[in-house]
Amino acid sequence: MTHNDNKIYGVAALFDNPDKIIKAVKKVKSDGYKYYDVNTPYPLHGMDEAMGLRPSRLGYVTLFFGFAAAVFILSFMWWTLAISYPLVIGGKPYFALPAFVPITFEFTVLLGVLSTVIGMITVVFNLPFNSHPLHDTEYMRNVSADKYGIVIESADPLFEETKVRGYLKNLGAFFTETIYEPEKETYKIFQPKFLAFLGVIAILTSGSTYVTLNKFMYLTPFDFMLNQKKGSAQAESNFFYDKREMRTPVEGTVARGYIPYAFKGQADPKEFLSNPLLPTMKNLQLGQKKFLTYCSPCHGYYGDGDSRLRGQFPAGRTLHSARVIGFSDGKIYNIITNGQNVMPSYAYQITRNERWAIINYIRVLQRAQNPEPSDFTDIKEINKESDKNVPN
Amino acid sequence: MSQIESGMPGAQSGYIKKELPKSLSKFGASLLIIGLALGLISYLVDPARSAYGYLTSFMYLVSIGIGSLFLVTMEYAAGAVWSVPFRRIAEFFASVVPLFIILVVPLFFGMNSLFSWTNPAVVAKDQVLQAKSAYLNVPFFIIRDLVIFLIWAIFYFVVIKNSRRQDKSGNQALTTMNIRLSVALIVIFAFTVSIISFDWMMSMEPHWFSTIFGVYYFADAVWGALAVLTLASVILYQKGYLTSKITKDHFYSLGTLLFAFTVFWAYIAFSQYMLQWYGNLPEEIIYFMHRWNGGWKVVSIILVITHFIVPFLLLLPRSSKTNFKLLKFVAVWIILAQFLDMYWLVMPGMVNNGFEYSFSWTDFTFPIAVVGLVLVLFNFVARKNNLIPVGDPKLKRGLDFHL
Ligand code: HEC
Repeated sequence: MTHNDNKIYGVAALFDNPDKIIKAVKKVKSDGYKYYDVNTPYPLHGMDEAMGLRPSRLGYVTLFFGFAAAVFILSFMWWTLAISYPLVIGGKPYFALPAFVPITFEFTVLLGVLSTVIGMITVVFNLPFNSHPLHDTEYMRNVSADKYGIVIESADPLFEETKVRGYLKNLGAFFTETIYEPEKETYKIFQPKFLAFLGVIAILTSGSTYVTLNKFMYLTPFDFMLNQKKGSAQAESNFFYDKREMRTPVEGTVARGYIPYAFKGQADPKEFLSNPLLPTMKNLQLGQKKFLTYCSPCHGYYGDGDSRLRGQFPAGRTLHSARVIGFSDGKIYNIITNGQNVMPSYAYQITRNERWAIINYIRVLQRAQNPEPSDFTDIKEINKESDKNVPN
Repeated sequence: MSQIESGMPGAQSGYIKKELPKSLSKFGASLLIIGLALGLISYLVDPARSAYGYLTSFMYLVSIGIGSLFLVTMEYAAGAVWSVPFRRIAEFFASVVPLFIILVVPLFFGMNSLFSWTNPAVVAKDQVLQAKSAYLNVPFFIIRDLVIFLIWAIFYFVVIKNSRRQDKSGNQALTTMNIRLSVALIVIFAFTVSIISFDWMMSMEPHWFSTIFGVYYFADAVWGALAVLTLASVILYQKGYLTSKITKDHFYSLGTLLFAFTVFWAYIAFSQYMLQWYGNLPEEIIYFMHRWNGGWKVVSIILVITHFIVPFLLLLPRSSKTNFKLLKFVAVWIILAQFLDMYWLVMPGMVNNGFEYSFSWTDFTFPIAVVGLVLVLFNFVARKNNLIPVGDPKLKRGLDFHL
């Protein structure tokens, strides 16, 4: 390394044991020098105090980033799992704090450590800084082996080369050296050779990664659920005599919970079933939900017959006609179950209970258009009650 | 004994033996008597309930004693030097260990109100308990626990005796022997501490099981032992009973260890909680349901705050570990928080035996006796011995310790 003989960085001195250097440092400090640094082969006890160093503030960097990481990752999980795309996992609430704790902990540690290391390298060590004036000096060779050194820098207001040299000698240094600022060195990074080298590296690494991942380490995607040993509909069976996986019920039996409808396919039977459901708030809410799902596309939100299908299917009729008001519950049940003319049957989509609930709801819609005087007085009471009892 | 022979490592330690004040043992003795008297009254008022109170205090005492013994063995096994000046104090606290074998006896008489599996009528109706009865039966229970307490006591006597003999001879061979014993004891600890905590605390909820429970209790024990060690060391140091060669770096190390075990407990407690919370299996979650319903929810939350969050934040800054006032405060805090943990572990178990929990003063009679007992014993042993292991070859390095 060439030295620019004009600019002095500082004067360095070597001592041969820890006691001497600590004594020297104390003196240097008490004599008012501010810009100086000490180099020793290993950390010396008491050096912090001798130099009057304050505890490193690096801890605050760790604290800040650790805390920020915890806050960030917690709100990230909250937002992704509870707000943006709510997912029920294992029957736990969307914001399942205990499950988030390990991740929060890991992330806190990760960012805390990374920020500490990066902070130390960049702020404290001043890297990337590879042309420190002390590099490649006799002084540095010694303090890297078994000697203890101090450098008083030229930036210090009390600095004067010959005076400082004498001063350090007086403190007991066995060797002093004037250190010069190195000349600024510039490196040409984008030399063709270097670029070619980068190119080769890029091709080699990506190529070998591609080959390894696709040829050597290829795993079939997780599909154990697909490959179960089970019968599937429409498949051929080697087990049953009729070669069908799908079984028909044994003759004379019905599926569990299935109750046959006595008037199946009869548009106008002599008698009808009667409604087993009471118009409780719960039933009406169920009826409303199902009505809005299944009936409202053709019959309108309030059953006025204002179809939303814009002529793609014959509009449903109004459910507020005297005709329908006159229908018994059982008759409407029959219509839902069997269909009527162009209106198809909804027996498969809507369970029996739900059908009765829908009918109760239709009655509410009808009553709403032809209210009794008492309804107006009752309504306040009901509103109060429902505020109290019914969860939204 | 106050004379340290020249040539002993302690000769240059600046340690001069001072008697502990008489008032200390008087104070301890009166606490012990008051506590026992109140405990007796609580027994007369409600024998079943007092069994729970006694168990809480007993498990607390066990944790302090066995935790202290563990700290002593850990020092030997790890070859630690910084803690040598404090070792005696841990030894003094460990002096309760030989008493367990006596103190446990009253509990054997209260087993019927503590453990539902001791009731043949309950077991006859319960398949799970029948399957567990090979382990959970009264004779085996009593025998194995007595054996464990005996093993601890024997180890205590041998290790402590070696340590004390060294005060006179300064013989390195005694340290070597203690190192071997300590390593053996640490292995034995792993099993016995688990068994003791399984038996006396886990089996109270006889269907519930958690393999980490022993570690949980261990974490508590070492934490509590460290807290009493820190408290006693700081006070004795400030009053000049130890040597002035002890530096802030020693206390810094104590504080760091205290901090580490605060986090360790939280780690273990959370691991146990999260797995069972996530699995949500009836036989596992029942434990936490018993500690959440019926007002326990508040206690559980307070436990998290007092047992982890507060000590963690207090001990986090570097400066707090050398701040004597704060160290003493945290130590007392931890002692109380650890008692709360014992309470939280034992008391909700009442529901398993058909009792209804309601707050009662009787639970806090025996702890008074525990404090008294520890003070009396500490004083008794400290009178006869040096407060610093003056013959330990590691003492000089221990006193010269710098961070
Ligand atoms: C696909 C459209 C469509 C849907 C969905 C639909 N309907 Fe209809 N509905 C019709 C049509 C069209 C008619 C008239 C049939 C006819 O001409 O007799 C009708 C007739 C009726 C009638 C008889 C009215 C009368 O005056 O005869 C009732 C009652 C009825 N629907 C109830 C329902 C209920 C309840 C639902 C929900 C389960 C439902 N509908 C769903 C199209 C629909």
